[in-house]
Amino acid sequence: MEPSLETYLALSGILFAIGSVGVIYKRNAIGMFMCIELMLNAVNLSFVAFARHYGDVTGQLFVFVVMAVAACEAAVGLGIIITFFRNRESIDVDDASIMRN
Amino acid sequence: MEQIVKTIFPFVVIGVAVFLAFQGVLMIVAYTVLAERKILGWIQGRIGPNRVGPWGLFQPFADLFKFIFKEELAPDESTKVIFYLAPLVALTCALMPIIVYPFGPEIKGSFDFLPYGLGEGITSLPLTIAQMDVGVLYVLAITSVGVYGIALAGWSSNSKYSLMGGLRSSAQLISYELAMGASVIGVVMLAGSLNLSEIINAQINSPFKWFIIPQFIGFIVFMIAAFAETNRVPFDLPEAETELVAGFHTEYSGLKFALFFMAEYVNMFTVSVMCVTLFLGGWYIPGLDLLARTIGMEWLFGAGTIGYAVVSHVGFLTKIFAFLFFYIWVRGTLPRFRFDQLMNFGWKFLLPVSLANVILTVIVVFILNR
Amino acid sequence: MVTVLFYILAGLAIACAISCVYHKNPLFSAVSLIGVFISLACIYLTLSAPFIAVTQILVYAGAIMVLVIFVIMLLNLDEDSPHTNLAYLYGFGGGLGVLLIGQALFVFYAVNRAGQKSVESTAAGQTSSIGKAMYTEYLLPVEIVGILLLMAIVGAMIMSRRLREPSVAASSEE
Repeated sequence: MEPSLETYLALSGILFAIGSVGVIYKRNAIGMFMCIELMLNAVNLSFVAFARHYGDVTGQLFVFVVMAVAACEAAVGLGIIITFFRNRESIDVDDASIMRN
Repeated sequence: MEQIVKTIFPFVVIGVAVFLAFQGVLMIVAYTVLAERKILGWIQGRIGPNRVGPWGLFQPFADLFKFIFKEELAPDESTKVIFYLAPLVALTCALMPIIVYPFGPEIKGSFDFLPYGLGEGITSLPLTIAQMDVGVLYVLAITSVGVYGIALAGWSSNSKYSLMGGLRSSAQLISYELAMGASVIGVVMLAGSLNLSEIINAQINSPFKWFIIPQFIGFIVFMIAAFAETNRVPFDLPEAETELVAGFHTEYSGLKFALFFMAEYVNMFTVSVMCVTLFLGGWYIPGLDLLARTIGMEWLFGAGTIGYAVVSHVGFLTKIFAFLFFYIWVRGTLPRFRFDQLMNFGWKFLLPVSLANVILTVIVVFILNR
Repeated sequence: MVTVLFYILAGLAIACAISCVYHKNPLFSAVSLIGVFISLACIYLTLSAPFIAVTQILVYAGAIMVLVIFVIMLLNLDEDSPHTNLAYLYGFGGGLGVLLIGQALFVFYAVNRAGQKSVESTAAGQTSSIGKAMYTEYLLPVEIVGILLLMAIVGAMIMSRRLREPSVAASSEE
């Protein structure tokens, strides 16, 4: 007996909720970045569960696309974070309030 | 009773297989350490360890006991949880790929002699623990997770040398993993599968027998990247003893240090297995079953018999030992890279070459399949 | 068997996720997040999607998180300081979290009562079927993702180059 689709969706929802709370709680940019990754993963889980449920590979392909986007996000996002750190000596998002520099 | 035996039997088989494979690999690893010390000694005109047992054969066990009885130290300022976690991560990730290695060919035959009808319907015994559809990717993925052991050890020791070693190793592994992955793509395209056993079968059925011939560039790139992935000379920047004391494991002692040490040698074994399986036909010895047919000894070592499996397994191990010897030889011969040379070499030479190899293979495979 | 495994892995994933959000030290968060990724990869294996599971470890745990840990080590980040002027965010975030989890559980409960369909077992997780679908039916998205990756590479390089110029200018001014 396997867990039903809804169980996977519930786990996915819980992880997504934890991730979204983290994005609000965290102050440093890396922490927020990691929580966004967590939310993306929660969505991936529901895609894979749907793919299994309907016996279709489309869901797994979506996961693939999401992973590629996450990789892009990591490259660009971490580049921004390092640049920001060089300019401000901190990665606290509250310090990112000035448009100049 | 019969029901219970039938339920437990698969688990027992898997347990025995896992036990044998892990024990075998760890024994080989222990004696690789001894071989390294001996061969380095010969290269440098010394004798090497020769006190414990005949020719120093029991040296690995003596080393083990020494490691066990050494004092376990942890720096005061270290982050304890991660400090203790890091060697475990390193060794676990080094050992996990063992389950997909194809140690030998399938043994064909009936297994009706087993009691309770356990052998019913079983016609072959594969010498692999898990037939994973994505074996190549699995090995690459697990070895790439292994870098956490080094990075976390470097960070949690709270020592400058360790941190530098950890930083260097994560940068180095990210850079060389790309070239390694790209060099494997050529083989995967020729074989049309990611399963290690399927790749060996594809090599047997191909006109070249071993993929090293059509994929020579890939083989060279894979070898170089493998040296970098295992932090061996000439890419041993993370633990360069002349600059960083001992790199990421400066602060480790006793059994925790032994775990890192073992992880490094198991990783050497892993990349040797991958190299042999992907490029040198794995357990396949060209002409062995032909020989058996010609001299009329097919019942002893024709394809699918136990004798064939044993001979092939010995061939597999011989190829791996050749690679391990090559590793040690290189260590005794070559000087170390500088860090900027390492990065330039990885990004500006190795990666473009492996991508060119992929494109070339795509074109050739496309033309051949038309 | 699969159910027991699923609940263990799900518990592990949720515990690691909470610890990721809870810890102030970015490195602890990162390690917890790796725990989430690995337990999710194991769940994908039970969902007969081995290719996605391995890719998950390869991409998330093996590449993205190594980069994150590299950046954390490089910047030598200390503990995250708590919100001072934005204390209302705690209430807001907590409320949002409770709302979202409640919503997820409500959906679970409602759909579960409406009668469940059994999960079909298919060969959808096979690597070859994924490859075929990817390069025939979904060729355009794959190409677009390729262009996106190229853009990310170029963007990251431009960013790291721009970062050198101000520091050179600043040092020459001094």
